[in-house]
Amino acid sequence: MEKNQNNILEEVTNSDYKYGFHTNIEMDLAAVGLSEDTVRFISAKKNEPDWMLEFRLTSYRHWLTLTEPKWAHIHHPAIKYQDIIYYAAPKRKKELASLDEVDPELLDTFKKLGISLDEQKKLSGVAVDAVIDSVSVKTTFTDTLSKYGVIFCSFSDAVQNHPDLVKQYMGSVVPSNDNFFAALNSAVFSDGSFCYIPKGVRCPVELSTYFRINAANTGQFERTLIIADEGAYVSYMEGCTAPMRDENQLHAAIVEIVAMKDAEVKYSTVQNWYPGNKKGEGGIYNFVTKRGICKGSHSKISWTQVETGSAITWKYPSVVLMGDNSIGEFYSVAVTNNFQQADTGSKMIHLGKNTKSTIISKGISAGQSNNSYRGLVKVIKRAENARNFSQCDSLLLGDKCGAHTFPYIKAENHTSIIEHEATTSKISDDQLFYCKQRGISSESAIGLIVNGYAKEVLMHLPMEFAVEAQKLLAISLEGSVG
Amino acid sequence: MLSIRNLKVSIKGKEILKGINLDVNAGEVHAIMGPNGTGKSTLAYVIAGREGYEVTEGEIIFKGRNILDLSAEERACEGLFLGFQYPVEIPGVSITNFLRTAINEQRKYKGLDPVPAVEFLAKMEEKKQLLELQEKLASRSVNEGFSGGEKKKNEIFQMAMLEPSLAILDETDSGLDIDALRIVATGVNKLRRPDNATIVITHYQRLLEYIIPDVVHVLFDGRIVKSGGKELALLLEEKGYEWIRSES
Repeated sequence: MEKNQNNILEEVTNSDYKYGFHTNIEMDLAAVGLSEDTVRFISAKKNEPDWMLEFRLTSYRHWLTLTEPKWAHIHHPAIKYQDIIYYAAPKRKKELASLDEVDPELLDTFKKLGISLDEQKKLSGVAVDAVIDSVSVKTTFTDTLSKYGVIFCSFSDAVQNHPDLVKQYMGSVVPSNDNFFAALNSAVFSDGSFCYIPKGVRCPVELSTYFRINAANTGQFERTLIIADEGAYVSYMEGCTAPMRDENQLHAAIVEIVAMKDAEVKYSTVQNWYPGNKKGEGGIYNFVTKRGICKGSHSKISWTQVETGSAITWKYPSVVLMGDNSIGEFYSVAVTNNFQQADTGSKMIHLGKNTKSTIISKGISAGQSNNSYRGLVKVIKRAENARNFSQCDSLLLGDKCGAHTFPYIKAENHTSIIEHEATTSKISDDQLFYCKQRGISSESAIGLIVNGYAKEVLMHLPMEFAVEAQKLLAISLEGSVG
Repeated sequence: MLSIRNLKVSIKGKEILKGINLDVNAGEVHAIMGPNGTGKSTLAYVIAGREGYEVTEGEIIFKGRNILDLSAEERACEGLFLGFQYPVEIPGVSITNFLRTAINEQRKYKGLDPVPAVEFLAKMEEKKQLLELQEKLASRSVNEGFSGGEKKKNEIFQMAMLEPSLAILDETDSGLDIDALRIVATGVNKLRRPDNATIVITHYQRLLEYIIPDVVHVLFDGRIVKSGGKELALLLEEKGYEWIRSES
């Protein structure tokens, strides 16, 4: 029976990555490698003010003093930072006034990805910022949003048009010297999304950024900054894909969220970077720093992520609970298949009184992959009545994969209540046979069981993302039965 | 409907079924009785196509076709249903979602389009009423946190929804109180049609007070040692399995 299981598993895990195409677009590239000149080149390309260049240079100089972190449960050949192209942008001749001026090849790319940059997209109530390689190509919906005072634009535009906001908040949650990859990003980041929701405004549409790596030998370094002022609310979605290439490409992003008093930010990610082939060749190295700060009292930040892509995932979306009565949430489904490696989890830092956090992590491992949960719950001395609940579940498909849990708890206040639950399970033969006896094929049965397992997380995704995520989960594991 | 010829089955080299012969016609209800460990559940699993059993001899003809080469899901799509002795929990998957998936996979097998949502929900409603089930059942996860009785009722509900040609109910009466037993039996009786058949596998005669079988078989040590009318069940109840042991 074992043998049979593994056969089915192999079949299921053998589905193909459907976003693996690349587009021929005329590109503007920086020279290979990284130096102060590269940083200056990027800054000049973007016509940046001096303070921005200073920020980059300081970050770069600090980066030079750092080494890659080694504590994660991942293994990869050394990344050759001097072999990477740090800036790639689709060539464009002038400022775009309307969608008609966007390169048709680009539009086609996003069409293939199922993302419409068309004004029609308005009907579905989602505003999109599309970032290809290093540059934001189009932000939809900007006019409508501006009526509410909502600023939603590319990071570059924000630097030009809202320098005070950028200056005030950039690096305030993830300082440029936070870690190796954050420093690198701060030096060479090329674009990303910027979002500001003014006091008391409930953002009328879902905001979404779509990241696409296209060019070869390049890294993608984008940063996102979201500020929800007092009493504001926004739901933000992020999606990502990349072409199939047999080299590894580096993606090192930063996301910063600031929630003021009574504000709420819901950040959802469906991460589907190219995971590499069945032999473990190629795929994206995804080293991302995501952090939010609940600055004011009664504020709330919620991370929901579905991670199916990347050869390596290294990310720990975190919340610093500074305001009293603030709430942090982390809901995650991480799937690894073939030779993928994921080391992901969350940090909840309780600084304020009566702060609450929830961590629900569901790992699913198949093939010969390794899936680790790493989390930190920290309660400082003055954080009276802090409360955390963590649940880390692992589901194993097959007998060649690994699941690991590294929970860290530091409580300095005795009034805090911290709960941690963890389970490890396999899809049983009994479950599979039960499904098959009802006429459900192995593949569908796995999809069904895995989606049931991940339901607690998926239900936190915005509707249109949830459907996508469910399909993605089934596809990522097609053929894997345990 | 079903014709089993000289079926011999081993598990890890040990012979469990030692030459089963069984004929079930459309419209009939058969009961298979016997003491624990005589191969009743093995027979049910082998007919349903569970892996891990080695068929060393014989054939299983279902609707005129030898199904031994078909996978479990193909057999299900051909109209075979197994009511489990121990129904399995599938956390997070609602019964509605589970059944819709099952019905659509079976329809796909037959080259049909997925069932329209409205039609599907109406059918759920109809079958729930037929079986006197509570409203909330459909939104609960498959068997998760169900009592023994609820699990068995859920099996009968799935049978009602999937409308199989042949249903095999493996010890569906075990662990049921008298009310649940009545609901299960009523369901089986109501779903009985001239074009379908049922095999009830049971240890006790009790269930047969509610489901009247056309034929009763006694399975003993991997063989059907006695077949007869419903009175055979009563005789068994009266004399006990010792009687069979001494006879065989």
